[in-house]
Amino acid sequence: MSLIDTHRTTDAIWRMESAKLIASLTRMLRDVDIAEDIAHDALVVALEQWPEIGIPDNPGAWLMTTAKRRAVDFMRRAKLRDHKYGEIAHGMDLYKEEDVDYVLDGEIGDDLLRLIFMTCHPVLSPNARVALTLRLLCGLTTKEIARSFLIAESTIAQRIVRAKRTLRAKKVSFDVPTGEALKDRLSVVLEVIYLMFNEGYSATSGNDWIRPLLCQEALRLGRILAEIVPNESEVHGLVSLMEIQASRLKARVNPEREPVRLLDQNRTQWDQLLIRRGLAALERSQKLGSTLGPYALQAAISACHAKAPTPAETDWIRISALYEALARVTPSPIVELNRAVAISMAFGPSYGLQIVDELCAEPSLKGYHLLPSVRGDLLVKLGRFDEARTEFERAATMTRNNREKELLLNRANECQS
Amino acid sequence: MRFMIIVKATTDSEERVMPSEELYSAMQKYHEELAKAGVLLDRAGLQPSSSGIRISYPVPGGKPKVIDGPFTEAKELIAGYTLIEVKSKEEAIEWAYRYPDPHGFGQGEIELRPLYEAGDLTINSELLAKDAKLDKQVEEQKKT
Repeated sequence: MSLIDTHRTTDAIWRMESAKLIASLTRMLRDVDIAEDIAHDALVVALEQWPEIGIPDNPGAWLMTTAKRRAVDFMRRAKLRDHKYGEIAHGMDLYKEEDVDYVLDGEIGDDLLRLIFMTCHPVLSPNARVALTLRLLCGLTTKEIARSFLIAESTIAQRIVRAKRTLRAKKVSFDVPTGEALKDRLSVVLEVIYLMFNEGYSATSGNDWIRPLLCQEALRLGRILAEIVPNESEVHGLVSLMEIQASRLKARVNPEREPVRLLDQNRTQWDQLLIRRGLAALERSQKLGSTLGPYALQAAISACHAKAPTPAETDWIRISALYEALARVTPSPIVELNRAVAISMAFGPSYGLQIVDELCAEPSLKGYHLLPSVRGDLLVKLGRFDEARTEFERAATMTRNNREKELLLNRANECQS
Repeated sequence: MRFMIIVKATTDSEERVMPSEELYSAMQKYHEELAKAGVLLDRAGLQPSSSGIRISYPVPGGKPKVIDGPFTEAKELIAGYTLIEVKSKEEAIEWAYRYPDPHGFGQGEIELRPLYEAGDLTINSELLAKDAKLDKQVEEQKKT
């Protein structure tokens, strides 16, 4: 194996093992920043030694053992030194060196979960949560994260440094919350994952309609979470929602890289494997929850589309009912807007327009391009083309996505002919 | 990126000899690991070729020929597959490398194959179209 091959393999192994390493080390050291440093040290040792000794049979265990030894060294030194790491050194008394082997098995899932709860902690801003999670749990480099979000690398780097500092300053514990707190904290975790997914699924700015890396990372994280907390209905709900949405990734843009709306998509391009996985996750979610949460409800809506062989066969009545349920769980003008669309499909555009017109007074939807876009849609169906054109033009001025803007202006033009 | 880990058939798998308990649990554990890492998409074991048929088209445009199994040459047959989704080829290789020896008596063989992504072909034709357009422009510029 050449040096470059070894490096690339080491990269792949890092990606597979880094979260587990960092999680276990954080449990030992109670500090995610030092844990990450030591995990990186172990990687550096691997990069030095593997080209010579060859890649070990169990590279994960090799990295873990190397990292743990370094952690133990670190704690010994910290103990001897002043009080700077006093607290860490104190914690180390509880730790025996034989634990190094024991940690390799069993509790990894728990540690990963603790780490997810830490990187998605409410003391951090939503942006910081996403960046830190991508870095520590998905093993992405700062560069990769920056590229996915189209922001400068230095901004991301700073965001991560600051996030770690906040975790330390606020003495955030490395624990899985229990009882009521678990539900709340878990919903923050799910929010972070879904935010990640959405950032990839529909870019908020720039010319790239889809940034697949973020979608894949979010999906992977969701799938991991579903394995380590298998009894939470909403976790499976979110996984289902992401699987089904991801099943349409390829149909969402045409060869000219323009977005294609759900009902215009070529359904033969939908990924049946992901749909099947999504429906299975939804079933698990429904079995676990007596009443469905917001993710499971959205997944159920997505499933209605996924199950319809043609747009005409969509069960809009069921979708309307699901949106009503969703509006009850998480009342929001955006849900209401979607309900309006479903109702117009189920019962006619004039019923939908009624709801949309009421929403026009909603201050939170001011500047939300989908409101005029949907209104335009309904007006076209009612044959009111002049009003529709104005709405599409208005929507076009509101979106930051260039492709979407083009699409809206095209629709405005269509109203003229 | 999706990869298929293909498990080749052995004389045992072709004769419906079930794997040992040890191998079975190693397989189980391996797939659990895949699932816990969030990379497992799908997996299945295939019945022996004696349950299958082959359809071939020896004459272009002619009638297909149907042959009942079993088929010989176990190594050319498939006994199962595991479909994974990973970030790089190296990661796929690393996972494939961790797959347990699927036979245990010398015939074990697995094969790792990347899947075409649905976008691959369209992206290529798109690029080709763009290239063609550029070539044309260059030609026209040369003329003027």
